[in-house]
Amino acid sequence: MCLAVPGKVVDIEGEGLLRMGRVDFSGVQRQACLAYVPEVEVGDFVLVHVGFAISRIDEEAARETLAALAELGALEQELDPGGGA
Amino acid sequence: MRHVDEYRDPAAVRAVVRRIHETVTRPWTLMEVCGGQTHSILKFGLDELLPSQVRLVHGPGCPVCVTPLELIDRAIAIASRPDVIFCSFGDMLRVPGSRDDLLRVKARGGEVRIVYSPLDALRLARQSPDRRVVFFAVGFETTAPANAMAVHRAAKEGLTNFSVLVAHVLVPPALEALLSCEDAQIQGLLAPGHVCAVTGYADYEPVAEKHSIPVVVTGFEPLDLLRGVLAAVTQLERGEARVENQYPRAVVREGNQAALAMIADVFVVSDRSWRGLGQIPKSGYALAPAYAAFDAEKVFDVSSVSAKEPEECRAGLVLQGRLRPTDCPEFGVRCTPEHPLGATMVSTEGACAAYFHYRTGPRATAAAS
Repeated sequence: MCLAVPGKVVDIEGEGLLRMGRVDFSGVQRQACLAYVPEVEVGDFVLVHVGFAISRIDEEAARETLAALAELGALEQELDPGGGA
Repeated sequence: MRHVDEYRDPAAVRAVVRRIHETVTRPWTLMEVCGGQTHSILKFGLDELLPSQVRLVHGPGCPVCVTPLELIDRAIAIASRPDVIFCSFGDMLRVPGSRDDLLRVKARGGEVRIVYSPLDALRLARQSPDRRVVFFAVGFETTAPANAMAVHRAAKEGLTNFSVLVAHVLVPPALEALLSCEDAQIQGLLAPGHVCAVTGYADYEPVAEKHSIPVVVTGFEPLDLLRGVLAAVTQLERGEARVENQYPRAVVREGNQAALAMIADVFVVSDRSWRGLGQIPKSGYALAPAYAAFDAEKVFDVSSVSAKEPEECRAGLVLQGRLRPTDCPEFGVRCTPEHPLGATMVSTEGACAAYFHYRTGPRATAAAS
């Protein structure tokens, strides 16, 4: 039940506790309440849980995580160019 | 899908798995707290990639599973009334009560509806002024802001035909209860990322310190989970025990302040009874006195409905990480998703359901072939 899915905010309407928006999940769009992510703008990614955005995805943090993973992946290529674990 | 596919990259998975194998020198037992994490681990077979010394046990983080029988019976009593439209997340419908489940109430003509969001129940209340709409507010901290908003809006709009049956539970007190058992065998925790997206992780710092246990805030994709395992075993091998955030794209230490403010307005912390874990002090939410008019237990006077947990279902041991679902004698025999003995076999986050679907059920057979 704590499933939350990342999606891209495509429009925003209303403000304060009535702030709502359309969120695109790889082509499927749904309304979500954006009241808890007042900093979010159109184009941002949010995590949506039961119709509520509970968090804005921090793109900078995501980039850092992926860079660390890419570094490990490159190391893996050097150690085991044929792949397979 | 962006922010999903990147965390399923096979080369990176191999690299993190190799790093885990290089790091581990001794046996370690880790608990992933959230049932969503359990399902990811089994679905992607991540446990089978780990060194044999690393044992993953599955935690109590399935709200449907820990909702006590008594509350299911109260839900059934309310849903059976002819003047009620009872709304719930789908998971809850097939959870067995003492004699019945919500799906059978629906089959008998009761108005039981599956909703995606508590705001759907609120809409239904506006559209049906002659009916009483009740929402089964089940969940951990992740779901609390949504349920709080529904109650807050209902109060603001002056809706008198809307109420919630609250079954809200909190993660840190349950972890405290599990780790305080004399024979607790858990050495590291993968903390639930989406709970922490709401609450932050400061509340986990006293847990890590008191029990000298690494607590790693962890996401739900394969690489998130493997990075969580790597961080936990790295701390354990070094003799460290602190809270570490491996899910920084979604979680900050202070949590979501706007969501926490709404929770603080609508709910108060209360004692809660957990299926499998028993009564735990200050381990859940109840509606704050200002919102008592929206409390379905009071509105329908069902607090006298009581029930005793069935002995044949061992879900309590499963929820404590003490029994692997496949070691239960009823697993897959008298207990299946079609005929469950307990909630852990029903819920999409239940550990028994995860083992049934991914290790023994039709999907496991399809995957193997």
